[in-house]
Amino acid sequence: MGMNITEKILAAHSGLDKVEPGQIINAKVDIALGNDITAPIAISEFKKAGADKVWDKGKVALVPDHFSPNKDIASAEQCKILRDFARQQDLEHYFELGEMGVEHALLPEQGIVGPGDVVIGADSHTCTYGALGAFSTGVGSTDLAAAMITGEVWFKVPEAILFNYTGKLGNWVDGKDLILYTIGQVGVDGALYKSMEFTGPIISGLGMDDRLTMANMAIEAGGKNGIIVPDEVTKAYVEGRFKRTPIYYTSDSDANYCEKIEIDCTNIRPQIAFPHLPSNTRPVDEATSVVIDQVVIGSCTNGRMDDLRKAAQLMKGKKVAPYLRCIVIPATQHIYRQAMKEGLLDIFVEAGAAVSTPTCGPCLGGHMGILAKGERALATTNRNFVGRMGSPESEVYLAGPTVAAATAIKGRIACPEEVA
Amino acid sequence: MKFTGRVWKFGADIDTDAIIPARRLNTSDPKELAKYCMEDADPEFINKISAGDIILADKNFGCGSSREHAPIAIKEAKISCIIAKSFARIFYRNSFNMGLPIFESADAYDAIAEGAEVEVDADAGVVRDLASGKEFKVAPIPEFMQELLRDGGLMAHIAKKQSA
Repeated sequence: MGMNITEKILAAHSGLDKVEPGQIINAKVDIALGNDITAPIAISEFKKAGADKVWDKGKVALVPDHFSPNKDIASAEQCKILRDFARQQDLEHYFELGEMGVEHALLPEQGIVGPGDVVIGADSHTCTYGALGAFSTGVGSTDLAAAMITGEVWFKVPEAILFNYTGKLGNWVDGKDLILYTIGQVGVDGALYKSMEFTGPIISGLGMDDRLTMANMAIEAGGKNGIIVPDEVTKAYVEGRFKRTPIYYTSDSDANYCEKIEIDCTNIRPQIAFPHLPSNTRPVDEATSVVIDQVVIGSCTNGRMDDLRKAAQLMKGKKVAPYLRCIVIPATQHIYRQAMKEGLLDIFVEAGAAVSTPTCGPCLGGHMGILAKGERALATTNRNFVGRMGSPESEVYLAGPTVAAATAIKGRIACPEEVA
Repeated sequence: MKFTGRVWKFGADIDTDAIIPARRLNTSDPKELAKYCMEDADPEFINKISAGDIILADKNFGCGSSREHAPIAIKEAKISCIIAKSFARIFYRNSFNMGLPIFESADAYDAIAEGAEVEVDADAGVVRDLASGKEFKVAPIPEFMQELLRDGGLMAHIAKKQSA
């Protein structure tokens, strides 16, 4: 029996010809990532272990993106721990405010992660880079500390589920809707400990930004990683961008999957995940009576160029509904500038939206858009748990950028075609 | 390894935002984090528990973010161990890496009542309801994870390997 792409990457990084699900391996890490919430604990463990230097100063990435620009004194202290460590270790991939972007938008954009890599990040959405054909997964701070010392990480080789997307994609349906629909089908632990491999003609037709959105939310189904076999779209994205030599792995035709799930996309409508689980999905048409106080367009899930373009297209020449706050957060400085050049920021501001500097900010209830008791937000982010964006008595509805834009204009959850 | 304590029950899919919300994450001080342990699932939790108590949960405990602050807050709140039908994978990994004992049991959650005194016998692989005497199996811990526990967590394991 052959191997799937995840098994091939893990085998290659652990010096083995073949690996099988359940096997415990030690894999070499290409990039180890931490942020201002998780890296301070890793740095503390690193020092406690008596370590002096990181194993490779070109392979540790620190991105202070969650609570920065520093939201309070305590956050400033956390960010300072990263800055001091980056300086002392002379890290090549430390991003100060001004260069900083939301980590999972930033690392692919800057060519720091790429096809064939093993990437770990002390952030659950590290699974994003699977869109590039990398094995990429979230770990804890202690794992990050260990990797910073040894350059290795232990894994149990996961079983894999193959998701095959076929049919015809409807109007206004994109990667976010596909992944929300998928999570709705399998549940928040439907892929627990497993690899989620996305394939099929619909995936081939998606651009890289939509693919990154899909892989990003694999963790919301409990998945260990989300992955797409590289193709021409991948190669076009990586070329001239990725700083190392990409290795394009494929899945063998007789590769092993514990399950194959067929998803016919023809009748999938834009999706809304109702509070308080990402799996609580319904078609947008069943949600249009829900009045919304705040719309957030951004995050590692949907803060990229294509997302902003889709939202701006619908908001152009229109106004945000009275008493609704619309917050747009380009995920990186490069995206911010590109959106400025394309006139998108002008469209948002003209419409009455607030445009923020890159930050995770409101996605995790950090800052830059916290909800009061009883308030409801619709966000292009990835989680709608109790208290996720502020008060434990507030609510978050998840959707893609076109529904978000339509909702900002209508003041209630709206179908994109209502404002198109 | 045996743990005895009173059981506090939580439902399915308890996420790490419920265990320790992000608004508390501007510090990594365990004592500060412990004050808010389980805050958004049960605001009174931290005032009700005693040292050694046990969390008993339905499936997928610890889903969501990778924040190690979640097992840290639980450990620092002096919860002795967690029993659940299943754990989300990063939480599972973090718990072993930083030395919080966790056990998977398919049957314990449905059969044991809130407030019951239970004993977890890790070596025998059972949870005992001390009032009824009923026993429930826990899933065996993989050999590598047992090694991590024996060594005292991931960092100690690495130190041992590097000095070997």
